[in-house]
Amino acid sequence: MKKIPFHTYYLVLSLVLLLSLIVSTRVGAVSIGYDRILLFLRHALTGQPGSTIEEQLFLQIRLPRVLLCALTGASLSVSGALMQALFRNPIVEPGLVGTSSGAALGAAFVFVMGKSLSGAWVDMLGPFLLPLAAFVGGGLATLLVYRLSSVFGKVNVNTLLLAGIAVNALAAGGTGFFSYIARDPQARSIVFWNLGTLSGADWTNTGIVAFSTLVGIGLSLRYSRALNALLLGETEAAYLGVHTRRLKTRILLLNTFLVAVATSVVGVIAFVGLIVPHILRLMKSSDNRWLIIGSALLGAILLNVADMLARVIVAPSEFPIGVITAFAGAPVFLFLLIRAGRQQQKGGFYA
Amino acid sequence: MLSIEKLVCRIGDRRIVDDISISFSPGRLHVIVGPNGSGKSTFLKAFSGEWTPAAGRVDYDGVGLDQFDRIDLARRRAVMTQLPELHFPLSVDEIVMMGRYPHFSFRPSARDRAICQEVKGLLSIEGMGDRDYLTLSGGERQRVQFARALAQVWETPPKGGRYLFLDEPVSSLDIHYQHQFLRLARSLVRESIVVVAVLHDLNLALQYADRMVFMKQGRVVAEGPRDIVTAELVHKVFDVEARLIDDPVGGRPVIVFA
Repeated sequence: MKKIPFHTYYLVLSLVLLLSLIVSTRVGAVSIGYDRILLFLRHALTGQPGSTIEEQLFLQIRLPRVLLCALTGASLSVSGALMQALFRNPIVEPGLVGTSSGAALGAAFVFVMGKSLSGAWVDMLGPFLLPLAAFVGGGLATLLVYRLSSVFGKVNVNTLLLAGIAVNALAAGGTGFFSYIARDPQARSIVFWNLGTLSGADWTNTGIVAFSTLVGIGLSLRYSRALNALLLGETEAAYLGVHTRRLKTRILLLNTFLVAVATSVVGVIAFVGLIVPHILRLMKSSDNRWLIIGSALLGAILLNVADMLARVIVAPSEFPIGVITAFAGAPVFLFLLIRAGRQQQKGGFYA
Repeated sequence: MLSIEKLVCRIGDRRIVDDISISFSPGRLHVIVGPNGSGKSTFLKAFSGEWTPAAGRVDYDGVGLDQFDRIDLARRRAVMTQLPELHFPLSVDEIVMMGRYPHFSFRPSARDRAICQEVKGLLSIEGMGDRDYLTLSGGERQRVQFARALAQVWETPPKGGRYLFLDEPVSSLDIHYQHQFLRLARSLVRESIVVVAVLHDLNLALQYADRMVFMKQGRVVAEGPRDIVTAELVHKVFDVEARLIDDPVGGRPVIVFA
């Protein structure tokens, strides 16, 4: 393990993130020059927005989209780090343990049935109805997978993966049902959204995701030491003063919160939560404090790069971002699975 | 002083620990022995706070175990179990520092670091700080885990004593490391710390224990200094024919199984 201090890594990652954000605001169907970007930002900060189409495009579409993308990447990656610590397994991520597909089902329900829901509480919830439904769906699915995988006391990876497959299939079936009964435009949006899309970004939903991401990461950091202790095992963590049952409930809730809110806005983006903590572990250490802060930064960077690709390769149209992350992530997942299998044969660790 | 009164632990209708009253004083190495399923591990879990007993009391220096909050308890009581399984690479330093987790809330203080340094020196693992735990041998891992447990109870709390419990700490080690470990554990027994170990190997127990506790079917069958060990007692507890012979060189008794 290398001897470069943590804050050097944080500094470098932050700088790379900033750079990727700047480059990302520039490229797309319409490319905007850096001098123009600076000018628009100055306008926005001094509160005297110009009215050119380019400026409107930048402030109302490009900028929220780039920020939403970074926030989503951070949310999903931190969730991945949390889930891996909780299940004590490096091949777990929100997409595998049912959180994403459950959240998708909850959101699809609102997409299709939202118009027929009525009552004061629906009006009261307003823009929060969608994230809330996603939260309920994601929470139930995660809980189900967790319960199924720990039926025999200890969480077993094979049971976990199988339970994940079953619950994901169930949720996908539900989402499919909703898109079947949906009227056409709704169905189309469900399909797109199942592949992950950032094109719906506006300041309202970016604000909601910003809130969930920042609060979620802040809370996660509070649990980083307890999660480290949990790496030794539940009994050992309890002997170190950790209330393990309470910790597990809270981490599951936190994971659902982070993933569900992001998913309700951008759809299902798989594998980010798997790759990012893994890279960080190879880079430096498995300390969860590092993994959480690092995942937030690196997750934001990677998803931003993926989104840039999504906008550039088929410009002026755009490619579903979930497809890109799946192409990049699935091979990494397979690699980890094969390595885990090898280690098991040697009578060693993992799984 | 650890005092246990009429302790009962149940799984369903079965009494795993059946009405045990005993006390453990500081400054001596107490060793619990007994056959598989005699309830020794459950007993240890119950008096270390990991298992909620069905009845009875456990007092740490006169204060009931249920009166402590988790952190307060973790500051005075450390438990070393059989080698925990790790799934992620962690450095030796990170694991030893976990012993200090109950003592700081966000960042380790200079004092926490100094303590980790000290225990590492004591266990001669000071040079391994940066090594990945997963690459260590069984004996090295054992020392790292022991260092973690020691770091946890390194300082005497403002009120009450310190407690170090070892649950079959040497069962995964070869003979060399078993002896090395127990010699070390013995040397660490000081006036202010209560040390209780559960061991599988009778001869090891006989060699290192100041006081032995024999358990069978959830009860304490016999307890006392090693003189209490007789062929009859071993037969009664373990159901094996045994002879006690004196080692012609050292003079201490050795159990030979027929």
